[in-house]
Amino acid sequence: MKYTEDHEWLRVEGDLVVVGITEHAATQLGDVVFVELPEVEAMVAQGDEVVVIESVKAASDILAPVDGEIVEVNDKLADKPGLVNEDPLGAAWFFKLKVDDLSVLDDFMDEDEYADLIA
Amino acid sequence: MTEETALKHLTLNDLHLALGARLVPFAGYEMPVQYSAGVMQEHLHTRAAAGLFDVSHMGQVVLWPKAGMDRLALAFEALVPADVAGLKPGRQRYGLFTDTQGGILDDLMFANRETHLFVVVNAACKAADLAHMRAHLSVAAEVIEVTDRALLALQGPLAETALVRLLPGVAAMRFLDVTTQVWQGQEIWVSRSGYTGEDGFELSIPDTHVRSFAEALLAMPEVAPIGLGARDSLRLEAGLCLYGHDIDTTTSPVEAGLGWSVPPVRRTGGARAGGFPGDGRILRELAGGPARCRVGLRPETRAPMRDGTELFRGETPVGAVTSGGFGPSIGAPVAMGYVPAALAAHGTQLEGEVRGKRLPVVVSDLPFRPSTFKR
Repeated sequence: MKYTEDHEWLRVEGDLVVVGITEHAATQLGDVVFVELPEVEAMVAQGDEVVVIESVKAASDILAPVDGEIVEVNDKLADKPGLVNEDPLGAAWFFKLKVDDLSVLDDFMDEDEYADLIA
Repeated sequence: MTEETALKHLTLNDLHLALGARLVPFAGYEMPVQYSAGVMQEHLHTRAAAGLFDVSHMGQVVLWPKAGMDRLALAFEALVPADVAGLKPGRQRYGLFTDTQGGILDDLMFANRETHLFVVVNAACKAADLAHMRAHLSVAAEVIEVTDRALLALQGPLAETALVRLLPGVAAMRFLDVTTQVWQGQEIWVSRSGYTGEDGFELSIPDTHVRSFAEALLAMPEVAPIGLGARDSLRLEAGLCLYGHDIDTTTSPVEAGLGWSVPPVRRTGGARAGGFPGDGRILRELAGGPARCRVGLRPETRAPMRDGTELFRGETPVGAVTSGGFGPSIGAPVAMGYVPAALAAHGTQLEGEVRGKRLPVVVSDLPFRPSTFKR
């Protein structure tokens, strides 16, 4: 698992990158009441705002961690946005990205480095 | 001076931190926005049991009469379109400071505490309100800011059950009654009121004793600490205005749906009609209706429509959301905003623009959740 400075986790699944947010991020957001997911087949560039998460109080964005194509989104979150708080590292993944070269993930933090960031 | 360095701390700051509060700057104070339970649970707890709010950032003001309560009441009526002279000792009312254009300078609660009037104003408006009162009331009253008392609100269906253990006298109080109770030798000024739509109390407590009083309440199984986040979602569901969002100097009392706070005696034909700032416009709108109205809004998708969301009827922009979010007790997004009077009827279909997309929203009666005051 790799981590971004925006508190996203990135997991490799075959030739895809699965993206979610960390437990730390979910706690900071508070109770999530709405998730807006990107369109499947959308081409995204690193830094694009691809997901909107709304808690009771406020809206925040999830950015594309790398360039790629959205090949799958987690539709369950539309009906059960609370999954983001219940199981941020598992059931509440947001989208799967197809990237040209998985080595782009090498630049991101590993678990220890991320733990230092939020310490 | 930056906002950061100027932030004031509440008397109960250490207790909030010990309770796991997340603090945010609000109206010049470092305020608990939520505790460890989170906004959703805090909101639902208040509706099911009793929530304890620290609202000490709000302004508490004593108006001490210089020439009798009657003279003071009439002087206050010159600032507030309400029936102050007819307010009996031991009773409280909601009112507005209006400006000469008929806009709203602040909303407030005022109480007749027999020997004086007690006024509670919004934190962000406190300094301006004090200056306003000192400028206009100094012949009739000494305007005294109360700076040695905290203000707590205990709200919810079990608020009375909890509070009577400390203050047995509150059981006899009804909605908008005010009394003085004594706890450990200290005077506690109690009103049966609040801003959540629930039955409950507001308690003005000497700073020296507020920590032990709050801890005594929090030790009870019914009572949990509640932050500003849930206070906002609770008042939104109850259809109550937040100053600076739903009301300000650009909104008139009638547009805001607060015409009920102007009783017949201050309206055209009443014994003390007019005689308050902006009376021309306000009396005209009370008689003929306003051009636009504050309405409830129910977004029809799950996407919340926040403050500032533009509203459309077809391609025509017709207004904007002034407060909006998720209503935990409704289980759906809720909002309030202003639309032309012709579009204010319950069931009117509009669209709100969220992140560039027009989403359906329907005009809805307020409140979203009926109040449970003990009248």
